[in-house]
Amino acid sequence: MESIAIDNQPLTWHVACRVDDIPQNGGACALIDGRQIAIFNFTRRGQWFATDNECPHRRQMALGRGMIGSHAEEPKVACPFHKRTFSLKTGQCLNDEGCSPIQTYPVRVSAGIVYVGV
Amino acid sequence: MSVHTNTRIVVIGNGMVGYKFCEKFVAKEKKGQSFSLTVFGEEARAAYDRVHLSSYLSCKTADDLTLAPADWYAQQGIQLYLGDPVVEIDRTSREVRSHQGRIVAYDYLVLATGSGAFVPPVAGVEKDGVFVYRTLEDLDLIQSYAHTVRQEGSGTFRGAVLGGGLLGLEAAKALLDLGVDEAHVVEFAPRLMPRQIDDAGSQVLQRQLESLGLSVHLNKNTQSITGDAVITGLQFADGSHLNVNLLVISAGIRPRDELARAAGLDTHPRGGILVNEQLQTSDPAIFAVGECAVVHQMVYGLVAPGYEMAEVVATQLLGATSQFKPFDMSTKLKLIGTDVGSFGDPFASEPECRTIVYENKAKGIYKRINISADGKQLLGGILVGDASQYNMLLQTCKNQTVLPPDPEDIILGSRGGEETGLGGVLSLPDEALICSCEAITKGQLCHEIANNGHTSVDALKKATKACTGCGGCTAMVKDLVGAVLNQQGVYVRNTLCEHFEYTRQELLDLVKMNHQKTYAAVLDAFGRGDGCEVCKPAVASILASLWNENILRQDRATIQDSNDRFLANIQRGGTYSVVPRIPGGEITPEKLIVIGQVAQKYGLYTKITGGQRIDLFGAHVGDLPSIWEELIRAGFESGHAYGKSLRTVKSCVGTTWCRFGVQDSVSFAIELENRYKGIRAPHKLKSAVSGCTRECAEAQSKDFGIIATEKGWNVYVCGNGGIKPQHAQLLASDVDKTTCIRLLDRFLMFYIKTADPLTRTATWLNKLEGGLNYLKAVVVDDVLGIANQLENEMQLLVDTYACEWKEVVETPELRQRFTHFVNAPAVKDPTVQFAPMRDQIRAREWA
Repeated sequence: MESIAIDNQPLTWHVACRVDDIPQNGGACALIDGRQIAIFNFTRRGQWFATDNECPHRRQMALGRGMIGSHAEEPKVACPFHKRTFSLKTGQCLNDEGCSPIQTYPVRVSAGIVYVGV
Repeated sequence: MSVHTNTRIVVIGNGMVGYKFCEKFVAKEKKGQSFSLTVFGEEARAAYDRVHLSSYLSCKTADDLTLAPADWYAQQGIQLYLGDPVVEIDRTSREVRSHQGRIVAYDYLVLATGSGAFVPPVAGVEKDGVFVYRTLEDLDLIQSYAHTVRQEGSGTFRGAVLGGGLLGLEAAKALLDLGVDEAHVVEFAPRLMPRQIDDAGSQVLQRQLESLGLSVHLNKNTQSITGDAVITGLQFADGSHLNVNLLVISAGIRPRDELARAAGLDTHPRGGILVNEQLQTSDPAIFAVGECAVVHQMVYGLVAPGYEMAEVVATQLLGATSQFKPFDMSTKLKLIGTDVGSFGDPFASEPECRTIVYENKAKGIYKRINISADGKQLLGGILVGDASQYNMLLQTCKNQTVLPPDPEDIILGSRGGEETGLGGVLSLPDEALICSCEAITKGQLCHEIANNGHTSVDALKKATKACTGCGGCTAMVKDLVGAVLNQQGVYVRNTLCEHFEYTRQELLDLVKMNHQKTYAAVLDAFGRGDGCEVCKPAVASILASLWNENILRQDRATIQDSNDRFLANIQRGGTYSVVPRIPGGEITPEKLIVIGQVAQKYGLYTKITGGQRIDLFGAHVGDLPSIWEELIRAGFESGHAYGKSLRTVKSCVGTTWCRFGVQDSVSFAIELENRYKGIRAPHKLKSAVSGCTRECAEAQSKDFGIIATEKGWNVYVCGNGGIKPQHAQLLASDVDKTTCIRLLDRFLMFYIKTADPLTRTATWLNKLEGGLNYLKAVVVDDVLGIANQLENEMQLLVDTYACEWKEVVETPELRQRFTHFVNAPAVKDPTVQFAPMRDQIRAREWA
């Protein structure tokens, strides 16, 4: 896997995929440095998000297949298994207080390539 | 300085009523009132639920049955002494002395000593293997004895209960749960439950119980218990004999009045502490509550009146006035799976009243209602086998509601969900007691629902304690929630979510008129925000029902719910299951072989489904297109097991093979399945066709079901299995195939266009104003004049059908989405793990 290190950042930016690999207003999963990361192309808001692919509720690797949307202004993803929803910004679970949050990652898009900072 | 000391209250007995007294007392106690409460219990356990004692053997633990843990008493400042019965009351010095020598002074004493089992004077009751049925300890003894008998393994294990009343039948349930080989009930009277039901009701109950493996012996006067030291059988006065290894005596209760008697309080000659309507004994400082008390010349042997007595005494001790009035002894319970209800005066008979009886021997149902001679009031009645109307009947009886002109409708008319003639739960007066255990009225519940936002049974349980006693009122409380909300207009407009201020029906009409075919177009035109997991699948369903275009094209893939998104059912571990369509359940050996080969090749677990087809589990998302490519090549199509759409039309073999069949059910099932396959609806649709009235295809449990008759086909609609089974109802009889299809076209399209999201046909019909009659008027009689339109809309869906999996397999840009890692399409999810199970695989457990 190709990776680009950018100075003065604690992150390592990894090439994740091509823009076309992620469906518009939807998500998919990429394998980055041995880690499963869900990437979302929120076309409607003109934003990209990345989170863990694993839903902490039942530890299923499926968030990339989840539906995205918003609750008030908060962008969110719903797990396809039991519809726990998580903020795409903060990773907090929005509809189950007992559910742990998910990790979120910064995303950059340049020249048709999607990069994720880990 | 105050010289006033605490008012000291001592409660003797920590059973259900003794506990309830404590609970009521601390709940009513106001700040500034100073009391000390001391409780003595004979058993080592804190008060537990004796009503559901038999569940201890089948599913519950002692802790589950506990009413409040020991630390609850401590938190409330109650001094609780368990395993330490009071042995003496000194009324002169106002002190009690316990077995362990504790001496506690009282200002007021509450006797809640309950009752013990009544053991009739039969020779041999002291033998090993003879038990009573009253406490958890009794159950432990019975259980360990049964264990010993079984270990010795000496032939058939026969258990018997002496007493065929309410408690006796509960004990019989316990015997069945213990797994005895034979369970017998022996009753002296000529019928079961002699205090609650009549001879005819007893006969129906007896047949039901016998069909569940219980032997019932009536009119049996037990003379002696045979055996040396250990029971071997029962000898009856009529000369007959019954071999048993274990006997549970449950012949009635005897009030525990020995302490009161020794203290010189007035008692009844046949047992029980005499009290007035304030529940005071002959010593005004001493009260008695529950089954140890005799009030109105009787012992109230049920928990609800006991709780009411606890309330009456707690109220008085806190300074208010209260009286215990004659209490309704109506009961409803499930005995070994059979509902039995008895309310008001169950035995009232002509000429003072008119009696209406309904009996269905085949179904094991008996209903009797007694109506005043003028036909206006319900005096009482009996329900066996089906007590679903118990609550309404009880309320009608208690509140002296005026009956409808044809009172028989109240027990006959409600079959199949039609109007009962009684009006809904809202027609009851506010003071109607809905939960008699906790004395909660309809008015209180309505107030909590309407003003305090307690709009679920759970919330109401917390707020009012309704449904926490016997639980018999739960269904009625649920109805009340629905009715109050409905009255407030809460359900009148069920809008989709925060993004759409429209109901599904409104949105469907709008999308149709405006020819929108993508989610973005619909959201831009009629919604706001970015959508969510509620409105996206709802709009997806609307678009599919209107235009029937491939659900993964344009922007529609990402608005599909979990299963539709990948045209397969997502399962544990993130793998998918695959179900090819097998119309009517008919399949050639060649196709069966292909399914086997595909399953072998892709390592799939196979199982026959309830809908007469084959499910292949454990497929990686990346394998789905190849799996389908092979299935499609062999002539299979998508089975839509993942969609809110037609699943299967199940069939029996009908005239093609069956000697009873009157029509060719398989051919018709295949025709219907092929007609309606792929059509998306608000929820899944299941169907079946039976070739004769024996109904082997179970059509009456389906969304639409067809049963062959000599003359044609009967059409049933809106049945359901699932959480709340509901029989389908007859829409039309003896129609030919063409008419049947026309009616189904109209019915299905009407449902598709008007139902709320994720609402099955049964629920849709239940909510439909006018119910089945209205549905018939629309679908059969075409009162709305839309029948033609509905048929045309359905025909459009039928004509535009295409196997969506075939399209995906043949379309590279759709096919490429079926990967786990977009940047490594050939890599499978490494976290997917299987465990072996019976020569196949299964998904690993939830983490």
